[in-house]
Amino acid sequence: MVQPTPGLGGEGAALPARDGPALRVSGLTKRFGDRAAFEDVSFEVARGEVFGFLGPNGAGKTTTVRTLGTLIAPTSGSAEVAGLLLSPQNGEAIRRRISVMPENPGLYARLTVRENLELFASLYGLRSPGERIAMALDAVRLAERSDDRCGRLSKGLRQRVGLARALLNDPEVIFLDEPTSGLDPVAAREVHDLINGWRQRGVTVFLTTHRLEEAERLCDRVAILNTRLRSVGSPKDLRASLFGGSLVVETATPLPDPRAVFAGVAAVREWTDGGHGAYVLSVADPRQAAPQVARAVVAAGADLVSLAESQHSLEDVYLQLIDDDGSAPQ
Amino acid sequence: MSGPDLGRLLAMTRKEAREFRRTPFILGAMVVLPLVFIVEPLIDIFRLGSSTPASAVQKVVGVTFLLMLIVPAVLPSTIAAYSVIGERDQGTLEPLLTTPVRRSELLLGKALAAMIPSVLVSYVIFGVVLLAAHLFAANQTVVATLSNGPEILAEVLFAPLLSGWSIAVGTGISARASDVRIAQQLGTLASLPPLAVTALVSFQVLTPSVPVAVGFGLGFLVIDIAMWRVVAAMFDRERLITGARALAARGGGGGGTPPGTVRRIQMVQGGDHE
Ligand SMILES: Nc1ncnc2c1ncn2[C@@H]1O[C@H](COP(=O)(O)OP(=O)(O)OP(=O)(O)O)[C@@H](O)[C@H]1O
Ligand SMILES: [Mg+2]
Repeated sequence: MVQPTPGLGGEGAALPARDGPALRVSGLTKRFGDRAAFEDVSFEVARGEVFGFLGPNGAGKTTTVRTLGTLIAPTSGSAEVAGLLLSPQNGEAIRRRISVMPENPGLYARLTVRENLELFASLYGLRSPGERIAMALDAVRLAERSDDRCGRLSKGLRQRVGLARALLNDPEVIFLDEPTSGLDPVAAREVHDLINGWRQRGVTVFLTTHRLEEAERLCDRVAILNTRLRSVGSPKDLRASLFGGSLVVETATPLPDPRAVFAGVAAVREWTDGGHGAYVLSVADPRQAAPQVARAVVAAGADLVSLAESQHSLEDVYLQLIDDDGSAPQ
Repeated sequence: MSGPDLGRLLAMTRKEAREFRRTPFILGAMVVLPLVFIVEPLIDIFRLGSSTPASAVQKVVGVTFLLMLIVPAVLPSTIAAYSVIGERDQGTLEPLLTTPVRRSELLLGKALAAMIPSVLVSYVIFGVVLLAAHLFAANQTVVATLSNGPEILAEVLFAPLLSGWSIAVGTGISARASDVRIAQQLGTLASLPPLAVTALVSFQVLTPSVPVAVGFGLGFLVIDIAMWRVVAAMFDRERLITGARALAARGGGGGGTPPGTVRRIQMVQGGDHE
C-alpha cells in the first residue's frame, strides 16, 4: 500500500496510512436550478493513482472538482474524499487532507511568491512553514523568483506558484483543474514531470484536462464525463473496449486471394482491403493473432513487408463517446 | 466547535496589511483623509477669538468631534467593501476557501486589518488637533471643552465601534455586490447613520458624560455584534464561489477542441506500444 512519503516530511506524514480508496463517488449530482452540471456520477480512485477527468467544455469537470473539494454541496449522491465522508461537518478535516488548484491559480498579484505561500502555510497551520515553503519552491524550481510579485510573473510561472501552493500541506489528494491550459509545450512538460514525481511518491492526483495526449501520458485511468459519466478505465482498456484490436498487414504485392488467406486464420474476425497490398484485420488480441497471420501470409507464398498493430488514440475514444451524446453541452 | 484560531486569523490580517500597503487608493486615502480632517477643524478653532460667545464655541467643538469620527466610520467601509470583491476579482477566494480557514477567521482577520489603521489614523488626527489647539488656539474655552474627559472617552470608544459597524456593513455589501465601485459607494452610505447618533452627543443634545459615552459605546457594541452575525451568515462558501462565476477570469480554460468527427488511426509497430 502507499505510505505517506517520508521525503515530503510534512504534516501529512505524521498521519497513519489510511485504508480504502482516495476518492469514492457514488451517484453524485449537482444541479444549478433545473440544469445539471453533472449527474449520477460514480467512480473510485485508488490511493496513489493519477486519475484523468476528461470532457468537453461545460461537461461539469470544474463543478465536480469544486464539489469534491468541499466548496459546493452536491444536490444528491454521496462521496468519500481522502477517507472522509463528504459532508459539511467534515469540510474542514477534508480540506486539511487535500489541496485544490483551480482553473485560475488565483494568486495575490500584489504579494510576492513567498508571501503568497506564507499565507497558505499559516492557513494550513504548518509546523515548520519556512522549510515547507522552501521545499515547495524547489519542487517547482521557483526558488530564485520567490521575491517577485505574482502580478509580474508569466502565466507558466504563475501556474507553478499555484502548484507549489498545492504542495504545501503535503496533501493526500491533489485536485488539478486544467493545470496546463494555456501553457507552452515546454512549460506543460514541466508540469507533467511534476505530476509524475508525485505519482512516484504515492500522492493521488485528480487531473481535469482537455489535452488527451496529456491524459494518455500521465494517467493510470481516465474518466470521460459529459454531464454523465461516459466511461472509466485505463486509456488502453477504453481503446480496446470501444474499438477492439486491429492489425495492419502489408505485402509486397497484393494477395491473389486474400479471402482464402484470412479465412484460414481463426483469430481474424473481419478484414478490409486497404489497396496496394495493405489489409486491416479486426482481431480480439493483436499479440496473439499476429504470429498466426504472419504464418498464413507466408504460407500463401506472399512476401510480408510489415505486420503492425493499428492503435486508436485516446482522442478517438473520446470523440466517439462524446459524439454518441450528440452535441456537447456548453 | 472550537473558537477561531488566532494564527490563521492573524495570517489573514498580515496578508491584508501587505496588500493595503501596495494598493495606491488605500494608501492615498490614509494620507489624504488625515490631512483634510486635521486642517479643516483647526481652521475653525483658530478662527475663534478669545471673546467669542460660548454658544459659537460649543458649535465648533461639536463639529470637531464629529469630523474626528468620520474617518473611522468611512475609511474602513471603503477598505472592507474592497476586501471580499477584491479577492473574487483576483480569483483568490477559491483557493482561500479550499484551506481549513474558517469563516470567522477570514472575516475577523480582514476586519482587523481594516480597523487597526483606520482607528490609529483617527487617534492620530484627534491627538494632533488637540495638541495644536493647546499650543496655538486663542480661545481657552474651546481648548478646555475639547479636553473634557467624557468627550475624549466618547471619541476613543466610538472610533473602533463605528469602524466595526462600517466594516461589517462593507463586508456584507462586498459579499453580495458584483462591482467594487458600487460596493464602496453603498458601504460609505451605510457607514453614515451611526454618525447621526454621535452627532447627538457632539452637539450636546445629550450632555456628554462618562455614563452617556459608555452607554452609547455598549449600544454600538451590541449592534456591531448583531451586524457581524448577519454578515457571517451571508458569507456562504458556495454562493461566493458560484456567484463569482461570471466574474472570475476564466484563464485560458475556454479553449478546448470542439468535438469533431475526424478519426485518426495511429500506426504503431507491433509490440512497441506498451
Ligand atoms: N455557478 C453556476 N451557476 C449556474 N450554472 C453553472 C455554474 N457553474 C457551472 N454551471 C453550469 O454547469 C455546467 C458545468 O460547468 P463546469 O464549469 O463544471 O464545466 P467544465 O467541464 O469545467 O467546463 P470547461 O471545460 O469549460 O472548464 C455548465 O453547463 C455550466 O454552465
Ligand atoms: Mg472547467
